[in-house]
Amino acid sequence: MSMAEKYPKEIEAIYAKYPADKKRSAVMPLLYLAQREEGYITKESMAEIAAMLDLEVTEVASIVGFYTLYHDEKAGKYRMQVCTDLPCALRGADKFIESLCGNLGIKVGETTPDGLVTLEGVMCLAACDKAPMFQLQAGDQVTYYENMTVDRTMELIDALKKGASREVK
Amino acid sequence: MAHLLLRHRETPDINKLDVYIRNGGFESFKKAVTSMQPGQVMDEVKASGLRGRGGAGFPTGVKWSFIPKGVFPTYVVANADESEPGTFKDREIMEGNPYQFLEGVAIACYAIQSNTGYVYLRGEFQQLAFQLDACLAEMEKTGYLGDNLFGTNYSLRIRTHLGAGAYICGEETALLESIEGKRGQPRMRPPFPAVVGLYGKPTVINNVETLANVPLIIEKGAAWYKTMGTEKSPGIKVFSLSGNVAKPGNYELPLGATFRELIFTLGGGVPGGRKVKGIMPAGASSSIILVNDETFDKVMDTPMDYENVQNIGSLLGSASVIVIDDTYSMDWVINKTMHFFKHESCGKCTPCRDGTYWMLHLTERIHEGHATAADVELLNSVANQVNGKCLCALGDFSTMAITSAVERFPQDFESKVKA
Repeated sequence: MSMAEKYPKEIEAIYAKYPADKKRSAVMPLLYLAQREEGYITKESMAEIAAMLDLEVTEVASIVGFYTLYHDEKAGKYRMQVCTDLPCALRGADKFIESLCGNLGIKVGETTPDGLVTLEGVMCLAACDKAPMFQLQAGDQVTYYENMTVDRTMELIDALKKGASREVK
Repeated sequence: MAHLLLRHRETPDINKLDVYIRNGGFESFKKAVTSMQPGQVMDEVKASGLRGRGGAGFPTGVKWSFIPKGVFPTYVVANADESEPGTFKDREIMEGNPYQFLEGVAIACYAIQSNTGYVYLRGEFQQLAFQLDACLAEMEKTGYLGDNLFGTNYSLRIRTHLGAGAYICGEETALLESIEGKRGQPRMRPPFPAVVGLYGKPTVINNVETLANVPLIIEKGAAWYKTMGTEKSPGIKVFSLSGNVAKPGNYELPLGATFRELIFTLGGGVPGGRKVKGIMPAGASSSIILVNDETFDKVMDTPMDYENVQNIGSLLGSASVIVIDDTYSMDWVINKTMHFFKHESCGKCTPCRDGTYWMLHLTERIHEGHATAADVELLNSVANQVNGKCLCALGDFSTMAITSAVERFPQDFESKVKA
């Protein structure tokens, strides 16, 4: 099913945010929408968005490639993105992510064998006073988890495994 | 003193519209629209001496006055891209006291006679964008946004726009590109956004904290505002304190408060009996201030304002104060900052794109113990060649930690290199 068929109301609301003759501005919110179900943007969605906004598919793809929250490949259901930048690292973020790797039996950048979690190291998330911290990206949603410990993170992953919503804190 | 920006610390429900209004909310916006000329609003902000809180410290009222008269439409864009490592103040303002910020956006729009404001949030602030969308809907419902506000012929709407993960979009022209649906790469200047901005129209871009100050200035006046802070850096500032301190967090203080007050009195000092070794007052973009037995008192007694921090060899920037204790070596610190800048370089201009690539190679080699003294010299030389030759400030910023660390902490590099 095309995006236009699936999300008519959302698309209308996105267009309403920008001047009628500046449709191109809708490309970023539309890309989030395209990522909602699978957690990544398919070639078909890129082509559809390009056609909607009168852009070349290459232009849309270049935007997907430029911004880190857009993905063009499938990963785990949840992308666990741990901030390992300087302020977090001064508060133990490197050790934190290393311990998570040990507990999950994967390296940074890899996905757990059950396809649930992809562990990633990311740049500053503006939560430097609440390190260690990470964001969970799932579909088009991003949620912060701050002042975390390895134990609490593993509990969260267990809950996610059992199908709990990511709001479990 | 009660908080003026972080008002939710005393009034937790101020993020609800009725509570904000009960506490004087939107009186300033109403006063501006119903009893002041746009030029008067601009003059009041100019007279207050308010300077941009995003890092550059440019006088806000002066920035507004660059908007040419008689060109329509014009735009105000609030820069909520907050991505400098060590900065987390705008997020707290928007979460805790969103209406004061939005009232600031509204007043700025009126001052330049814009009918449309955008709030550009980094993509990671998605939940926050949803909250702001709800606030904006409330404002439309209660008549603080929409057509013919307060019975005048002034109309205004404010929208949010989410980025998707790119530090460079905090640079104002890259931010505009991003709203226009393009890759967030800086534009050549001139022309400046005040003349050719969003969709080619005159545009004011202000930081969130800057705008949150505006309702206070309109309510209480420029003279009152100038009673706080210093002569050249008037007013209050939210300092984000992070790194090796007992109590990291945001602290609202008058500009000109000292490092000692922030780091020790409020921040509880460095835990575990360790010592302060370096301070990065402007996040990862800082020159690192050397702190040792000799310089300790001088640094700690330095007032944190735009001029005095410069006098001790760094910049105040967005006032994101990262404290580094003496268990860390600076070769590790600059390797961390270089990872960041290499990742965030947008790739548009060669000195930054290639410079950050090579500087990261060198900082990694040094940190891993595979370098010689010549590599440290080469690193410093590359940094000096990048500095001042880039399209925007990101390239320059990427060199600050490197050149200051090599100059001020030579022992950290001597101990790492092979003979």
